[in-house]
Amino acid sequence: MSANKEIRFLTSPKLGRNVKKYCRFKRSGIRYIDYKNPDFLMKFINDQGKILPRRLTGNSLKYQRRVAQAIKRARHIALLPYVADNLK
Amino acid sequence: MLKSYECVLIFTPVLTKEEVEKVVGDYQELIKAQGGEIVHTDFWGIKQLAYPIRKKTTGFYLVIEYSAPAESTAKLEVYYKRDERILRFLTTQLDKFAVEYNERKRKGLIGKGVKHKHGQSGAVSSSLIDDDDFDSLIPDDLQNMEG
Repeated sequence: MSANKEIRFLTSPKLGRNVKKYCRFKRSGIRYIDYKNPDFLMKFINDQGKILPRRLTGNSLKYQRRVAQAIKRARHIALLPYVADNLK
Repeated sequence: MLKSYECVLIFTPVLTKEEVEKVVGDYQELIKAQGGEIVHTDFWGIKQLAYPIRKKTTGFYLVIEYSAPAESTAKLEVYYKRDERILRFLTTQLDKFAVEYNERKRKGLIGKGVKHKHGQSGAVSSSLIDDDDFDSLIPDDLQNMEG
């Protein structure tokens, strides 16, 4: 009967204690995102080359717009692909 | 009033070294002829493209930072479009943060290994150029500035 005395959760208790997301540009004081630096922009695209949403990266709206603009510019000058497989 | 711009040009890889040197000089002259002042010229050399453009998989990259009157961009882009050696071009207007960033980058204050590069700032721009022959492409005033 000892098994019944254990407290059981429907979901893992760790799930609710997620670390709060933050905007890395605000935190580290980056004011300008360079579209000529594809290695840095790789952090904000998935392995298909798609731009990651804010809910995953945690960027503020202001910097998400700038990241998106920089990625689109980098694609235009062929530093990043428009479509890819296994980019990472 | 002059505004700050940055222009990335991708040239076709079939050019010889002499042609590339000439082309770089030509475009610097062209910008000056439109009333612009060149702040910095950065020649990346031949580089792999992320996807083929006009069936070419490599290209010569040239980045020119300059300040010019606002009307000049449309005129310059006509020249870029007419030039068959240019695969792609991108002109962007720089805000004050971008200008500051580019200055810091030129001094080697941005990027990996920042602490090591700080003492020998002269090596930063020349390391971007693969071949020794392209050293002559860096304008003289620029070399003095970094020295």
